[in-house]
Amino acid sequence: MKLDRLGTTAMSAALVAVALSGTAALAQDAEFTIAVSIPAATHGWTGGVVYHAEQAEQQIEAAYPNIDVIVSTASSATAQVSALEDLSATNELDALVILPFTSEELTGPVEQVASTGTFITVVDRGLSDESIQDLYVAGDNIAVGANTAEWLVEQLGGEGEIVVLRGIPTVIDDERIQGFTEVIEQSNIEILDIQYANWNQDEAFTLMQDYLGKYPNIDAVWANDDDMLLGVLEAVDMAGRTDVKYALGGNGMKQVIEMVMEGDERTPISTPYPPSMIASAMYMTAAQFAGQAPMRGSFLLDAPLITPENADQFYFPDSPF
Amino acid sequence: MSSAEIAVLPETEGFRIRWADLAPFIALALIVLAGALINSNFMAANNLLNVITRSAFIAIIGVGATFVIATGGLDLSIGSMLAFVVGIMIMAMNAMAPSLGVWAIPAGAAVALVVGSLCGLLNGLIITVGRIEPFIVTLGTMGIFRAFITWMTDGGSLSIDNSLRAAYRPVYFGDVLGVPYPVVITIVVALIGAFVLYKTKYGRRVTAVGSNADVARFSGVHVGRVRTLAFVIQGFCVAVAAICYVPRLGAATPTTGQLWELQVITAVVIGGTLLRGGKAHIWGTVAGALILEVIANVMVLSDMVSEYLVAAVQGAIIIIAMLAHRFTSAR
Repeated sequence: MKLDRLGTTAMSAALVAVALSGTAALAQDAEFTIAVSIPAATHGWTGGVVYHAEQAEQQIEAAYPNIDVIVSTASSATAQVSALEDLSATNELDALVILPFTSEELTGPVEQVASTGTFITVVDRGLSDESIQDLYVAGDNIAVGANTAEWLVEQLGGEGEIVVLRGIPTVIDDERIQGFTEVIEQSNIEILDIQYANWNQDEAFTLMQDYLGKYPNIDAVWANDDDMLLGVLEAVDMAGRTDVKYALGGNGMKQVIEMVMEGDERTPISTPYPPSMIASAMYMTAAQFAGQAPMRGSFLLDAPLITPENADQFYFPDSPF
Repeated sequence: MSSAEIAVLPETEGFRIRWADLAPFIALALIVLAGALINSNFMAANNLLNVITRSAFIAIIGVGATFVIATGGLDLSIGSMLAFVVGIMIMAMNAMAPSLGVWAIPAGAAVALVVGSLCGLLNGLIITVGRIEPFIVTLGTMGIFRAFITWMTDGGSLSIDNSLRAAYRPVYFGDVLGVPYPVVITIVVALIGAFVLYKTKYGRRVTAVGSNADVARFSGVHVGRVRTLAFVIQGFCVAVAAICYVPRLGAATPTTGQLWELQVITAVVIGGTLLRGGKAHIWGTVAGALILEVIANVMVLSDMVSEYLVAAVQGAIIIIAMLAHRFTSAR
């Protein structure tokens, strides 16, 4: 009896030891797979997203050998849905970092992935159902518009005539315009005109030429995106108009940040909506697994003005954007 | 059927045909008149010059598209091809700038013309040798060229070297005796296009192939060669447009030339060229390009239409113009 008990104790101790070493070994080679699904590089900003995602993939894999990051790009909402299906069919996903093309169309497919227990990080565009996501990382589009508007109101002394160029009809564009117009409406500044130029340099050039032809005096122009701003500047220079005191964009494109650094008088500031937010999201997701650092919640990046003093913090000379 | 119509029409209704040929110019005049009534700034010399200069790209590419469409073909790849040629040209110029200085500009332009013609040749050969529908082939090459420019720019933008920028700028912004260079280039391209189409043997074969390929083949025309050459002309015209395009913004991006193929095809068809082939109208295409650009300009100058509905009004005007054209020429 006694011996027997001793035997079982020894045996169970041994079992526990085996089990313990087993889990230890498991923790050591535990492989975590993080899938990253982002839009393909179809214009400047998404080009930046792809660049920063690839950079972060290499850095995270180098820092945490047990984490495998898979970056997948998609050229449309439907393509992204297919990519999600492929990713979850061929891999055991521990986490999914997704920058959805559109909120509504991607909500269902992401919910599917989440139902198998995958940790979901949503970047930039929120899903229709917020309960699906574990972590939300985004820039503040309303602040992008509002901060620019506040700066402009102050510089123009609260009055003047301005024109605005919109991007592609989306939530992002709506929020920026909303943030901007709400601030402008409280001043005596008049918005002469507001039209879509689809975040496209050529269309921005054309639209600005038309604005310049239509209005003899324009104190400032807000292009809402730095890609469009470059087209706007070319049109203003060609017309030789000196009444345009300020021409502002947004997003923090490297060419425009260079202008800010050099102290350009017409474009002295920009507002960040950095594509590198994908890297923030990937690092935070990796920390959830590698460091057991709790990362559930919402994380909203500020949109502080980029000025000559802080421009170097926003400058990535190797990024395509 | 279509060949019978075309054989009969010139004899019995010669006068009406000529009247219908004038339709795009009448439509252009009406839209200009409307613009002048809507906003007095419309007729300002600066505004008109801007609009005419801007329409040069679509007009130049449209001259090439007139050839392709007249042979019964269709090229959906032109917007992407323009972006690709622009990208190659900028890379070539930047690479040659240190050794050649400003001579890198004409050298880069020559590279562009060769690359553009080769792109057209590629389209033409796949269509004629491979015997595949032009729609499908150029849909494929549209994706290929677009992917190449996205890859070349890493999704961002590819800018021309600063040392060349100042020297090259006048090609878009400069003028001869008040006429901007892009307009001069458009007129030259259209004159050459009209000469080739109306005065040469090749030009007559283009419309013959387009109206009935089988009849043309039996009459000893090498249909494949005529079609392929039309695509080469198209590629060459795209390269000429690229040469005018680069000095404007000095950069290529993945959105360069996006959806231009649809604008070009619309300009060609508004201009009186039949989409099914067999009838070509070079100057009509130029008028068509102007019509599209003027409509867009008038939309911005007028305050009548909500910014959300601008595209709807543009679409409606194009359809109305085509309907008016059809009813006047069918009677």
